[in-house]
Amino acid sequence: METKPEVTEATDLIPVYIMGKRYMVPPTVTIMDAMEYAGYKLIRGVGCRGGFCGACATTYRIKGDPKLYFGLACQTVVEPEMYLAQIPFFPAQRSSYDIKEMEPTPATLFTTYPELLRCLGCGACTKACPQDLDVRAYMAAGMKGDISEMADISFDCIMCGLCAARCPAEEAQYNIAILARRLYGRYLAPRSEHLKERLEEIRAGEFDEQLEKVKQLSRDELMQQYEAREIESEESDEELSPLLPF
Amino acid sequence: MNGYPAEMRESIKKVEATRMRRIDETHPRLSAKESERVLNEFHPDYIEDRMRAIRVGVSKGQRMPLELADIVDGRPHVSPDFNLTDPTAQTDVLIIGGGGAGASAALLAQESGAQVIVTTKLRFGDANTMMAQGGIQAADRPSDSPAIHYLDVIGGGHFTNDPDLVEALVKDAPFVIKWLEDLGMMFDKKPDGTMVERHGGGTSRMRMHSARDYSGAEIMRTVRDEVRNREDDIRVIEFSPAVELVLDDEGQVAGAIMMNLETEAYHYIKASAVVMATGGGGRLHYQGFPTTNHYGATADGVVMAYRAGAQLGYLESMQYHPTGAAFPQQILGQLVTEKTRGLGAQPVNKHGEQFVFPLEPRDVEAAAFIRECHEYGNGLTTPTGQPGVWLDSPMIDIIHGPGTVEANLPAMVRQFKRFEIDITKEPMLVYPTLHYQNGGVRLQPDGSTEIPGLFIAGEVSGGVHGHNRLMGNSLLEVTVFGRRAGRSAAVYARDVVLGTPNLAHVAAWNRELDENDVDTGVISPILLPDYTRHE
Repeated sequence: METKPEVTEATDLIPVYIMGKRYMVPPTVTIMDAMEYAGYKLIRGVGCRGGFCGACATTYRIKGDPKLYFGLACQTVVEPEMYLAQIPFFPAQRSSYDIKEMEPTPATLFTTYPELLRCLGCGACTKACPQDLDVRAYMAAGMKGDISEMADISFDCIMCGLCAARCPAEEAQYNIAILARRLYGRYLAPRSEHLKERLEEIRAGEFDEQLEKVKQLSRDELMQQYEAREIESEESDEELSPLLPF
Repeated sequence: MNGYPAEMRESIKKVEATRMRRIDETHPRLSAKESERVLNEFHPDYIEDRMRAIRVGVSKGQRMPLELADIVDGRPHVSPDFNLTDPTAQTDVLIIGGGGAGASAALLAQESGAQVIVTTKLRFGDANTMMAQGGIQAADRPSDSPAIHYLDVIGGGHFTNDPDLVEALVKDAPFVIKWLEDLGMMFDKKPDGTMVERHGGGTSRMRMHSARDYSGAEIMRTVRDEVRNREDDIRVIEFSPAVELVLDDEGQVAGAIMMNLETEAYHYIKASAVVMATGGGGRLHYQGFPTTNHYGATADGVVMAYRAGAQLGYLESMQYHPTGAAFPQQILGQLVTEKTRGLGAQPVNKHGEQFVFPLEPRDVEAAAFIRECHEYGNGLTTPTGQPGVWLDSPMIDIIHGPGTVEANLPAMVRQFKRFEIDITKEPMLVYPTLHYQNGGVRLQPDGSTEIPGLFIAGEVSGGVHGHNRLMGNSLLEVTVFGRRAGRSAAVYARDVVLGTPNLAHVAAWNRELDENDVDTGVISPILLPDYTRHE
C-alpha cells in the first residue's frame, strides 16, 4: 500500500535567493524543502523538521522590502524574490552553574548572568522570535528578578538563537531563560506531595508483591486481567484501588 | 496558503453539525478479537511483501521492513585495516547519541565517576526526544501502582514484552519524575503541586505527566543544560556520528569509529565502555510513509551493534502514530500529539461520524484510520491526494472551557496557525505516520548486552514495548534506561582491562556478506536521508 501522495508538480516555479544565489523552486514548499529542491544536502541548519529543535533559524528579506523577516526554515513557506540566509549556529554566552547549590533569588539571575541588566528593552528580540514569544517581556521580568514570570513567558522557547543574533546589548536571552525555568521548576513550583509519598512506598517495597505476581501470570491470565481492567474516569472523582484483584 | 479548500470545508460543516451530539457519546472500545482483525487486515506491519528476513549475522532470518533490512545487510564505511593506533580521544564512557537517552546516560555515568564523551550526529539535543509532545507516564497517583502500569504496558504491547524490562520501566518511573523535577523541569501542576495527569491511548489510569505540549523538549533542554554544566567531565562532540564499533581481541568494546560529518574524515575514539543511544529509524520511510521523526533517525545504532554481534529483536514491528498531519502538505506526517485525544478530541470521518474509540492503543487506532479511508471510503482526500480523517479539536474547549487548547497545546496551535488554520475552531486532518521503532537491540534491565562493554538505551533498543509502545512510555524509556545504561557503563569501565583494539568483526562481516552473496548496494549506517532533487 502506497500512502505517500504524489508531490504536486508546480507548473510555475518562483525565484528565491539562497545566500544570494538564484534558484527556481515550487511556490508551495517550505524554505527547507526549497533548499533541497535546489540541490543542497543539508547538514547544518536542519534538525527535527517539525518546529521543535531550533536548528533551522533563518533570516530573509523580500526584494524591494527593507524589512528583515525571521522564521524556521522547516515551517515557513517560500515567497517569490526571497533572499535567504540561515543562522545555524550563533556564538552565545552561556554560564555554567550548579543548580543544586543555588537560591531562587533575583541575585542568582544577576550574578550568573550580569549582562541581564544591560538589556535596553528595544524589542529587537521579540521581533525576531519565530515562536512569537515576547522575549523583551521575559527579559523585563528577569530584570525585575521575577523568576516565575520569566519562566512562564519563555516556556515555549526552542533556543534557536535568533534573539541573541539580533540583540544590540549582546544578550543570550534564551540561556538566561532556561536558568529561570530550572530555578522555577526546582525551587519555586509547588512540590508534588503524592509523588513524594509514592517514592517512599516503593522504597518500602509496598508494590513488590503485586509486581512479582503480575510478572508470574501466564499469557492467558494476563489477557484476562488486561481485559478486566477498571478504567479510571476523567469526570468522576471515584478513587479506584491501586491494587490488582488477585 | 490560507486554511482549508472549499471541498474540505463542506465536510467540516458536517463535523460541526454532529459535534454537540458527539460530546456526550463516545464510540465503544474494540474487543480483543476486533482489534486483532483490524490489525491483521490494515496495519502496515502485517503486509508480508514489504518485509524480508535479514541474511547475515547472529539474528539472521529475523524479519523487518525491506528498507531496514537493506541497511542492516549493508557494507561498512571503513576497511578492517583502518588505523586504530592513534585515537583522537580516549575516555571511560563513550555515549553515541545526544538525545534524551544519551544525555541521561551522560549524567549518570559522570555521577558514577566516569569521564564521558558524548558524540552526536547533528547538534546536541537534535533527537526525537525533543519532538515528543504528549508526556511521560509514571504511576504516582494514589489510585495507580507500578503493577497496573505494568499491565497496561504488557497489554498495549500484545503480551510480547520482555517482563524484566517492563518491571524496570514501571518501577523506576516515579523516581525519574522526581529526578527531572529536581533538575528543574517544569511539569504541568495544579496550584497545590499535584501533577496534572491524563489518559493516553491504552492506559487504565491517568498517569500522563506533561509540560504543555513541549514535554519532550522540556526534558531534553533540561538534561542537556545539566550536561553542559558538567563540561569538566562530559565532553560533547557534535556533527560527529559513529559509523562502527571497535572491539578488542577479547571481544570487549573498545570505542568507535566516528565520522566528522563536515570534513567526512573518519577517526577513532577509544573508550572502555560504550552506550549506544542513537534512537530510531523513521527517516527510512518504511512503505513510503511520512514520518514524525528527526532528520537523523536512520537506525544507525541497530546497524553498528548488530555488526559487532549484538542480538536484534521485535524489528518486524514499527509504530505508525495514528495522528500525523495530513494537511497542509508542508507539514505532512508531522506529529499531532495524542494529548489532543486525551483532552477529548474525537476522530471522525468525512460525514462527521465517529468510527473508533479515540484512545485505543496506537497500532489499533492507526489501523482503524486506514480501514476507514481505504476500506470504507469514509476518509477525505486532500488536493495532493493524501487521505485523512478529522480530529475534532474544537471539542476540547467546549468540554474543558475556552482557552484550554491554547494553554495545553500551544505547539499545535502555533504550527497550524502558520498555515492559517485555527485548531481551536476547526478540526485537523490526520492520517497515520511512521513514528517509532518498537524493536531494536536486545538488552538486559541494566542496559547491558552480550557484548562486554556495550550498553543500550532508548529507541535503538528492543523488548520493553513488545510489539506496540504506549504513548508516554518513550520519554520514560529514554530516561529510565539512559540512567541505567550510564550508571552500568561507568561501573563496568572502572575495572575493565582493554586489549588491542581491532576491527576483526568488520572483516568477518564482509566475509559473511560475500559468502552469502549479499549485496544490497548500501553503505551503512546511512547517517542521513537524501532529500535532494535528482534530475
